[in-house]
Amino acid sequence: MIKSKIEDNPSSEVIDKDFEPFILGIFCNWCTYTGCDQAGTSRMQRPANLRVMRVMCSGRVEPEMVIEALKRGADGVLIGACHIGDCHYVNGNHKTVRRMPVLVNLIEQYGFNPNRVWLRHISASEGAELTEIVKEYVKILKELGPNPLKNQKSR
Amino acid sequence: MSKSKINIISPSNNSESTEIRIGVYLCHCGVNIGGVINMDEMVKFAQKLPNVVIARQYKFYCSDNGQAEIARDIRDGLVNRVVVAACSPRMHESTFRRVLVDEGLNPFYFVQANIREHATWVNMNDPAGAQRIAQDHVRMQVAKARELRALKPQKVMVKPSALIIGAGIAGINTALDLANQGFHVYLVEKEPTIGGHMAQLDKTFPTMDCSSCILTPKMVEISRNPNITVMAYSEIEHVDGYVGNFQVQIRKKAHYVDQLKCTGCGECAQHCPVSVGNEFDLGLSHRKAIYIPFPQAVPGLYTIDMEHCIKCGICASTTVCEPQAINFDDQDEIDTIEVGTIIVATGYDPIDVSNLGNYGYGRFENVITGLEMERNLSSTGPNLGHPVRPSDGTSPKSIVWIQCVGSRDTREGYHPYCSRVCCMYAIKQARQYKEKHPEAQCYIFYIDIRAFGKGYEEFYELASHEYGIKFMRGRLAEIQENPDKSLLIRAEDTFLAQPIEINVDMVVLSIGLETTHDSGKIASMLAIQKSTDGFFMEAHPKLRPVDSLTDGIFIAGVAQGPKDIPDAVSQAKGAAAGAAILMAKGEVEVEPYFSIVQPALCSGCRSCINQCPFGAITFDEILQIAHINPIKCKGCGTCASTCPSNAILQNHFTTKQLMAIIDGVLGDYQV
Repeated sequence: MIKSKIEDNPSSEVIDKDFEPFILGIFCNWCTYTGCDQAGTSRMQRPANLRVMRVMCSGRVEPEMVIEALKRGADGVLIGACHIGDCHYVNGNHKTVRRMPVLVNLIEQYGFNPNRVWLRHISASEGAELTEIVKEYVKILKELGPNPLKNQKSR
Repeated sequence: MSKSKINIISPSNNSESTEIRIGVYLCHCGVNIGGVINMDEMVKFAQKLPNVVIARQYKFYCSDNGQAEIARDIRDGLVNRVVVAACSPRMHESTFRRVLVDEGLNPFYFVQANIREHATWVNMNDPAGAQRIAQDHVRMQVAKARELRALKPQKVMVKPSALIIGAGIAGINTALDLANQGFHVYLVEKEPTIGGHMAQLDKTFPTMDCSSCILTPKMVEISRNPNITVMAYSEIEHVDGYVGNFQVQIRKKAHYVDQLKCTGCGECAQHCPVSVGNEFDLGLSHRKAIYIPFPQAVPGLYTIDMEHCIKCGICASTTVCEPQAINFDDQDEIDTIEVGTIIVATGYDPIDVSNLGNYGYGRFENVITGLEMERNLSSTGPNLGHPVRPSDGTSPKSIVWIQCVGSRDTREGYHPYCSRVCCMYAIKQARQYKEKHPEAQCYIFYIDIRAFGKGYEEFYELASHEYGIKFMRGRLAEIQENPDKSLLIRAEDTFLAQPIEINVDMVVLSIGLETTHDSGKIASMLAIQKSTDGFFMEAHPKLRPVDSLTDGIFIAGVAQGPKDIPDAVSQAKGAAAGAAILMAKGEVEVEPYFSIVQPALCSGCRSCINQCPFGAITFDEILQIAHINPIKCKGCGTCASTCPSNAILQNHFTTKQLMAIIDGVLGDYQV
């Protein structure tokens, strides 16, 4: 359990140049996962920081999963959903959108920086957008520094 | 309840109580994976993961030999869970699941780690990074493999009927192919007639067949086929259901003419005092407020355009309409049909050039579009096949065709893709004009001539050598209008690398094709995806070009991307075959990813019920728990993430499985 409040702000300490943020992507099968495949088939190069977990719908993402990932040291969690109106399951992504403010509030209460979790709408044909989003997220997480809960073991 | 029980094999089942032995199969995919990361290292890495009894590598696991290796390990009792680290599961998940089934193992004891699309292909210049991601993806799927549960694939019946949206040349061919196999077809078309854009064309390249002569017999065949219900002037309103069992609501727009009483005699149109531009002729000719779009329309029954009708009542008098078919109180009707498959053949819209500033369309009278030229060339068109200058009605002595208008252009409002038909139709139109006016000067300004189809290159060669059509390689810089309404073209001849100026009587803009303005609405209703170019997205660009990502829904013709008539027809026939396979078999297996309520854990709070977009969750008043109908459930898992008691399991995506993935990959970081 997380006992005391975490300090998670961009510090002025010496920035670790070799720090490679660990991003857990939780992507819906129909839009973002497919878009991520499309980025691959189009050979769009991005920094090697994104791991992808597939769910059928972004509505399946439990806040506990995001908390668990952060608790275990993920530097960022990127939830990928269909655009509003394009959900394969009518409106699962609406529910994710509605849960986000609560989730962000929750991780902030733990002391995490709100940027530790992102929700982005990326369609099946938006491999280029995904690539840009990952690049931007990596940049932001590098500025933010490692998850304060992460132990010093490097990989 | 009973339904859910048979789908989950209880923990006492042999295979789940025995020790979990995972085999990890690392695919090189030729050099796609093996050429980027170190596969020997990957094997060593995988072997150390918990429950992994064996890790192997091979050049192509999807090949016969690769599959046989996995099968042998299962047969020898070496492994009872299979992880293949290769391409995307969207590519080969079903291939490998079959290997397990053939060896008597539950197919859901298989998971695939995506180390190609999500690793080696996106980190090609960073082998260490690609290795790191690939290892993590293997670690994630091995963690999930430990938590896998046997599932029984669900089978659903497929109704032997199809809905085809759009009745252009693609929709017509699909409809005939399916109807002739004995399936019932609902052919829905938003215009009052079937035929689509092909009906507007004069001749077709490269054979110079008259478009109407090859299309209208097909249209008549449609109207005569007892297995086809033509629903012209109708639009899709709502789609429900899943593969094999779609419920579709169709809005039949009011004709204000009783379609059962109308005989198509045309008396009404002769008497109608209102004259408006005929859309079929792109406004170049006139029609009445009561009309059929063109004489060969199918069904050839009349419709009143209420936007322009002045309700004078002349057509309604019994001396004009003897069968008394006119009904000013007619209203839209909603029909609900049930079909097993859906084919989307919605075609295209021509690019709207009035948005494209520098071509002068709309400002200069003698700048017209390729489709307007097509109507001009047509013997049934506004000028009976003799193109004239709009400004003075004379035959132009010189014409310039400008290629790639709106296509192959990265500027805002244009399309980067090639529309694939404009080169050929411009050459065809120039040849047609030259045949009528051999003395006329015809120029085609192009970037590249794309004459790729069968007989196309020969057609192009002939145009240049025999017809004397001048091909100028260069992009337009500017069009200016001279006082006599002729046009000054400024361009660059990129072969000679020098600017050129030509004065011509008329300019034809070879406009490209774009997705229909309502394709977004159709995509949302059907839950299918669109590609970056706006056209509907196929399940795989090469191997599944007519399937959508949604089971039971197919794409045919230009709806999937620009193509010429032969390609649209081939694809239409492919889509018909795809739909027929499902319907002929009569049943289809669907992934059993539905959710289940665990009765002992459900507190009866009902939070899940209003989360379900499909009304699949009901409340059992006697047991005071929620119940999920596995047939109605489409498997999004939103209820599972909502349940405060963790009482809902989503098959193959249980909380335990997903948490195992997170813990598995982040285990090293544990605090």
